[in-house]
Amino acid sequence: MTATRAGTSAPEPRPAPRPPKRRGVELSLLLGAVAICVHGYVAVGLARNGAVPPDAVGYGAGLGVLALLAHLAVRLRAPYADPLLLPIAVLLNGLGLVLIYRLDLQTPLDRAAPAQLVWSTSGVALFIVAVVVLRDHRILQRYAYISVTAALALLCAPIFFPAVNGARIWIRMGQLSFQPGEFAKVLLAVFFAAYLAVNRGALTRAGRLIHRLRLPAGRVLGPIVAVWLVSVGVLVLERDLGTSLLFFGLFVVMLYVATGRTGWILVGLLLASAGAYAVGSLEPHVHGRVEDWLDPYAGIESGQGAGQLAQSLFAFAAGGMLGTGLGLGHSTLIGFATKSDFILATAGEELGLVGLSAIFLLYGLLVARGLSAGLAMRDPFGSLLAVGLSSIVALQVFVIAGGVTGLIPLTGMAMPFLAQGGSSVVTNWLIVALLVRLSHSARMPLPVPVEVGVHAPAPAVRQ
Amino acid sequence: MTGHIRHTAVFSLLLLLALLGNAARVQVLEASALGKNPANRRAAIARYAEPRGDILVDGKPVTGSKDTGEQLRHERTYRDGPLYAPVTGYSSQTYGTSFVEHAQDPVLSGSDPLLAPFPFWGDLTRSRPAGGDVATTIRASVQQAAYRGLAGRRGAVAAIEPSTGKILALVSSPSYDPGLLSGNGPEVSRAWARLNGADAQPMLNRAVRQTYPPGSAFKIVTAAAALESGVVDDVDAPTRTPEPYLLPGTRTPLPNATKGCEDASLAYAIQWSCNTVMANLGARVGLRDMVATARGFGFNDPGLRIPSGVTASNFDTDMSPDQLALSSIGQFNTTATPLQMAMVAAAVASGGDIRSPYLVERVTRSNGDLVAQNGPRAYRQAMTPVTAQRLRELMVRAVEEGTGENAAIAGATVGGKTGTAQHGIDNSGLPYAWFIGWAQAYDAPRPGVALAVVVEDASAVRDDISGGGSAAPVARAVMRAALWGP
Repeated sequence: MTATRAGTSAPEPRPAPRPPKRRGVELSLLLGAVAICVHGYVAVGLARNGAVPPDAVGYGAGLGVLALLAHLAVRLRAPYADPLLLPIAVLLNGLGLVLIYRLDLQTPLDRAAPAQLVWSTSGVALFIVAVVVLRDHRILQRYAYISVTAALALLCAPIFFPAVNGARIWIRMGQLSFQPGEFAKVLLAVFFAAYLAVNRGALTRAGRLIHRLRLPAGRVLGPIVAVWLVSVGVLVLERDLGTSLLFFGLFVVMLYVATGRTGWILVGLLLASAGAYAVGSLEPHVHGRVEDWLDPYAGIESGQGAGQLAQSLFAFAAGGMLGTGLGLGHSTLIGFATKSDFILATAGEELGLVGLSAIFLLYGLLVARGLSAGLAMRDPFGSLLAVGLSSIVALQVFVIAGGVTGLIPLTGMAMPFLAQGGSSVVTNWLIVALLVRLSHSARMPLPVPVEVGVHAPAPAVRQ
Repeated sequence: MTGHIRHTAVFSLLLLLALLGNAARVQVLEASALGKNPANRRAAIARYAEPRGDILVDGKPVTGSKDTGEQLRHERTYRDGPLYAPVTGYSSQTYGTSFVEHAQDPVLSGSDPLLAPFPFWGDLTRSRPAGGDVATTIRASVQQAAYRGLAGRRGAVAAIEPSTGKILALVSSPSYDPGLLSGNGPEVSRAWARLNGADAQPMLNRAVRQTYPPGSAFKIVTAAAALESGVVDDVDAPTRTPEPYLLPGTRTPLPNATKGCEDASLAYAIQWSCNTVMANLGARVGLRDMVATARGFGFNDPGLRIPSGVTASNFDTDMSPDQLALSSIGQFNTTATPLQMAMVAAAVASGGDIRSPYLVERVTRSNGDLVAQNGPRAYRQAMTPVTAQRLRELMVRAVEEGTGENAAIAGATVGGKTGTAQHGIDNSGLPYAWFIGWAQAYDAPRPGVALAVVVEDASAVRDDISGGGSAAPVARAVMRAALWGP
C-alpha cells in the first residue's frame, strides 16, 4: 500500500525522482490567456467603434501584471501546484471583463467593467495572500467551527437589509454591495470537509438499521444536518434558490464522497425533489420561473412579448455555430441582468456554439483538475475540501448555464469569473487559491521519511 | 474515497455533456426556428442596420435614408412624398411596406440573394449586402403634370406607353407623405390613425386599387366587340336603334345625354357618346362575346401585377339582356381601375395588342451593377389590328369634333373617349368624370402615351362633372408632358 514504508528490501532508501513542477507551462499558458483576452478586447473595440480601444495596451498590461504576480506567488510558495488552475482562472476572468466591457458600450448608463476590474484585482490580491499565507491547508481544519459560525452569520445577515429584485441576498453599504452567500459557500465547504474527515468512520459504520438503510448515529449526523438545514432554510427564506440548491448538492456530494453510501444520494435526491416541488408550486417567484422554463414562449403567444428566457434563447440561437463576432450581437435585448445572470448569452451569441463549448470545457477542466487534486491528496480533509470546492464550481456552472439555455428552471446565480459581481469574483479567486494550495500539497514529493513508523497514521500515498 | 471521487468526476462529466448537448440543441437544431420567431427583434435590427436602397424616377432617387442612431437604425425618407406615394408606397418600421417598397423589398433591404456578389456569399459570410436600387418607368414630368392637373381633387391618373407597357405616371389624389410613417414612435401611430381615418382616404391608391364604374369610357370596349363580332360592319352605317330605347325585356327607357342618337351610326355614337346605340349594340353582341372582349382587354383578371397587385376590374359573366345592355355603357356592375381603362386606350393605340403594364425598369446593386431588367411583355390581344385602326379613327373624331375636344393638342394626333359615370343608389352620388385616350406626335412612328383620368371631386358642381369638362384637360396636360416633356 505505501511506497515508502521500511526499506527492508532496498539497501538504502533511494530518493524518489523529483516530479516536474511545470511552472514554465503555467507561465506560457498565462501569456496565452492574456493574449486571448486582449485580442477579444481589441475585437470588441473594432466591432463597436471601428477603432482599437485606446486603453487596450493598458488593459493587457494590467491583466498581464496581475497574472504575473499571481504566477510569482505560486512559483515561490506552491511550486508543485497544478499548472492549469491559474491560467484557466485568468482566462475566464479576462473573458468576463471583455464581455462586460462589450455590454457596457451599449448600456451607457450602467458601466460595470471598471468595478469588475477593481474586484478582479482584489480577487487576485486575495489569491496571492491566500497562496502566500496559507502554508498548509490542514490548518483550515482547525477553524472548522469558526468557519461554520461565520458562514451562518453571513447567511443570516441579509435578512436585516432590504431585498433587491425579490431576493434578500445582498448586503448593501453605501455604494458597496456584496452577496454573503458567495463567501459562505467556501466556509461551509471547509466545515463539511473538516467534520466529515473526522467523522467518516462513525458515519459509515455505526448506527441503527432501518429496513436496509443503515442510519448513522444521530449524535454524529445531527450537527452537520442541522447546519445544512439551517443554511438551506435561511436561503429559502431569502429566496436565494440557486445558492440553496448549490448547498444541497454540495452537502450530498461531500457526504457521498466521505461515506460512499449511495443511499445518501437517493435520500438527497428525494428530499431535493420534494423541496423543489414544494417551493416551485408554493412560492410565486419560483413558480413563475418554472412556468417560464416549461414554456418560454408563452409570453409571446399571449401578446406580452418575449420574456427573459425567450430572449436568452434567441441570443443563443442567433449565435449559431460560429457566433456573430464579439460586439456584433444583440444580447442587450435580454434587458435586465445581461451582465450578471445572463452573461453567458452574450458569449453564446457572439462566440457561437464553438466559443460557448470552449468556455464550458474550461470550467470542466477547472473542475477536473480540482477533483484530480482531491484524488491525489494524502489526507481526507484535503481530499474532501478539493472535492467540495470543485463541486461548487461544477454545480454552479451547471445550474446557471442550464438555466439560461433552458435546460433547467432559471435560478439567479453568478457564472463563476464571467459574471458581473464583486463577491462572486473574489470568492472564486479564493476557491482557485485553495485548489492551487491543495494541488501543491497533493503533487509535492513527500519528504524522505527519517523515522519510519513514528508518524504511523500518516495517510497513504495513493498510487 | 478514491472511487467516490471518481464517481463525482463522472457525475460532473455528465453535467458538462448535458450542457454541451443542450447548447447544441438551442444553437444549431432550433436556431433557425428561434431566428424566425416574430418576437425576436434581431431580424428587424439587421434589416434596418444599413441604409435602404433607393427608388429612382428618371434616374434620380425619390427616396432616402436617415440614420437615427436608434436600435432600428435607418428610417426611410421621401422626396416629393405625396407625388410619388402611389408608386413608392411606404416603408414603415411599424406598419411594413406597400407598393414598390413592398414588391421590391428584398432588393431594397439587401436581403435578396441576387445582390450578393457570388452565390451563397451571404450564407457564408452571414453579411447582408447594401440595399439595391430600383429604377422605375415613371417619368417625373408626366407624373407632375398629372398630379398638378388633379390639383387636389379626388381622382387618379394612369398613363402608360402603349408600345412597351411602361407606366409613365401613376397618380392618386389626394395623396399623403409616406415619410410620416417611416419610424416607430408614437407620432407614426398617430399619423397612421389620422391617414386611415381621413374621409378623403389619402392612402388609397386610386390608380390601381380602386375601381369605378367606367361609364361611357367603356363604350370603346363595346364598340370593339361590335366590330369583332360582325354586329357592325360599317362604322358609319345606321345601327337601327330607336329612341327612346327600352332596355331589353323591360319598359325602362334609357336616356341619352345628347341629341341625334336615334338610329345613329357607331361613329356618331362614339363621337357624341350615345347611350342608346351602345346599349343596343352590346345587347346584340350578346353576353358571351361581350364577356370575351372585356376579358381580352383585361377585365376579370385578378392576377395582374405591376409588380404590386392590381385590383381586378369587373364585367359580370352572368347577366340578363337588360343588365348586359346597361353593362355595355359601363353601368350596372361594370367597374374598372384607372389603370385598366388606360390599358383599353393603349390597346386601341397599339393596334389591338396590350403589353403588360410594368413599373420597375431596372434593379441594380448599390454600386450600379445591373441585377435585373424588365422589358415589354405581351399581355393580351384585345382585338384585331383592323378593329383597332377603326377605333383609332373614331376616338380621334371624338377629340377633334366631339365630347373630347378639351383634350386636343397641337402637333399631335389625339384619340379619346369621355365618360360620366353615375353611381350610388338611384344615381344619387356625384358622377365620376372619365377621360381615356392616347396621343401620337405628328413626327412619331407610334402613339407615345395612353392614359385614363378619373375625377371624383365631390366639391364640384354637378353639372360641371363630365369627362370632357373635368377629366379631359388633365389628360391633355399629361399627354403633352409625355410627348414632349415639361
